[in-house]
Amino acid sequence: MDNAIEVRQISKSYGKVVALENVDLNVRRGSVMGLLGPNGAGKTTLVRILTTLLRPSSGSATVLGYDVVRHARHLRSYIGLAGQSAAVDDLLTGRENIHMAGRLYHMPKREVQKRAQDLLEQFDLVEAADRSVKGYSGGMRRRLDLAASLVANPPMIFLDEPTTGLDPRSRLELWDVIRNLVSEGTTVLLTTQYLEEADQLADEITVIDLGKVIAQGTADELKHQAGSEFIEVTVRDAEETRRAAGVLSNFAENNECDINEEDNIASIMVEDGAPLMVQIVRSLDAEDIAVANMAVRQPTLDDVFLALTGRTAEEAATESEQDQD
Amino acid sequence: MNHLPAQIQDRSALGELASAIAVESRWMIADTAVMTWRNLIRYRRSPELFIFSTASPVMFIFLFNYVFGGAIPTGDLNYIDFLMPGILVQTTLFSATQTGVGLAEDLQKGMVDRYRSLPMARSAVLGGRVAAETLVSLFVACLMLAVGYIIGMRFHGGFWPGFAVPFMVAGFAFGFSWVAAFIGASVRNAEGAGSLMFFVVFPFTFLSSAFVPVETMPGWLQPFTSVNPVTYAVDLGRALSQGGVIVANAWPTLLWTLLFTFVVGPVAVWRYRRV
Repeated sequence: MDNAIEVRQISKSYGKVVALENVDLNVRRGSVMGLLGPNGAGKTTLVRILTTLLRPSSGSATVLGYDVVRHARHLRSYIGLAGQSAAVDDLLTGRENIHMAGRLYHMPKREVQKRAQDLLEQFDLVEAADRSVKGYSGGMRRRLDLAASLVANPPMIFLDEPTTGLDPRSRLELWDVIRNLVSEGTTVLLTTQYLEEADQLADEITVIDLGKVIAQGTADELKHQAGSEFIEVTVRDAEETRRAAGVLSNFAENNECDINEEDNIASIMVEDGAPLMVQIVRSLDAEDIAVANMAVRQPTLDDVFLALTGRTAEEAATESEQDQD
Repeated sequence: MNHLPAQIQDRSALGELASAIAVESRWMIADTAVMTWRNLIRYRRSPELFIFSTASPVMFIFLFNYVFGGAIPTGDLNYIDFLMPGILVQTTLFSATQTGVGLAEDLQKGMVDRYRSLPMARSAVLGGRVAAETLVSLFVACLMLAVGYIIGMRFHGGFWPGFAVPFMVAGFAFGFSWVAAFIGASVRNAEGAGSLMFFVVFPFTFLSSAFVPVETMPGWLQPFTSVNPVTYAVDLGRALSQGGVIVANAWPTLLWTLLFTFVVGPVAVWRYRRV
């Protein structure tokens, strides 16, 4: 049994609202699965089902071989959950928060104390360890929340939007923490609205939208689904950008060229960028256009989301927010 | 972990129930102790909570004793002797409402998601709140009795009955904590739970024998005041501290406390688990 998570045809509805519809998902042991989707796509619902907080309306799921409904009680000993709102107690110190979680995992007192110290060191919280959490920054709270969820060394950990609302520096710090975790062999299921985050951390990505799985694969496979590469040419001024666009559009798959006037960049979508580069340089040279920079860009997950759903991730999130209102 | 432990091979509903009972009974006490510890630390670290539950009751003692007391006829009893059991019950009930407010706050902030994903006994989240509030009630009751003693209250019912007063008051607050927990688990919003709680506790404490003899109230009010559990608890406290009918007040007080604990309590745990 190589899968840490097996989800079969899970659906969840609240009255008439369908939050998840026939979701299938396999997560290999020791891998990182990124669950990617806009706000309200159903990511959190799936995590809540897999962590035994919610019962599915239909379908079944096992985590580490335990059925999430029938073996819920046993399963809880082997999973950790770090949620969207950092579930740490404001009035307790960082150390006390970890201690409490450890005791509730039924670890012996001595072991909890040692483990708490290790985690505080690992998560760079030693200095703040004995201050109450009230004074912690957002990044520190998330790190503490994560530390508390790891206290029992669970082989499976769920991270529900671990970096939402964090500043870029804290986000990078948290990414490092998560990478370390994975290198120690923990299986991670991570939800995120940030395409870059999934790209950075996940071995495999499942894209979900409106409660359904719409794509699955590695970041590269998904990018391949978006079909194309981009060639971006940077020139010196707006006038040259327009002229370059004229040249480039002849090479484009769809005969169109996007212009970024601010940065003097003209870009086209092509099947395979590298072989075209020489020809493009020659053609631009013939027109006497000086090239400042030229690059083949792989599609980002933003491009992927657009290709899969016909809308950008941002638009999708705005829509579902309106739905919720 | 390819092999499931033997005890969970049984996949029937009965098997799940058995495992539920096994987890609850094995860990309930240890987990409740952890949660009680957590809630007592919270108490110690939030000055506003501490002042709300200690300084304001003391102010109430002074207010009633020196401002209203002279105008309230209490028969053979000095007003301070009449007042203390009443104000003890009132204070500990208000303090017990914190059980529900705190629980609602945990639900609101997502703390409960953490607890529910842990292999802990479900009843411990509520049990820890109730236990902590009961200990606080006991502490506050003793503190208030000390203040009362300084300004002239005396025990006229003997040592042991007097000794029992703070415990009896804390016991009644323990029962009421389950009601508060039920409200907190139902409302799930700290401010909402707080104000709802106020509207529950306020009439029950003031429409009782806590501050004035029931006989001085209008006749149409007396049917309520005389079945009000607070009246029984206050009268019991008064009998214990000042002498008087203990048994006739003890059994209704006990009955209400048991009703709160064993009927409302499980319903509260059920509400909490349904979240």
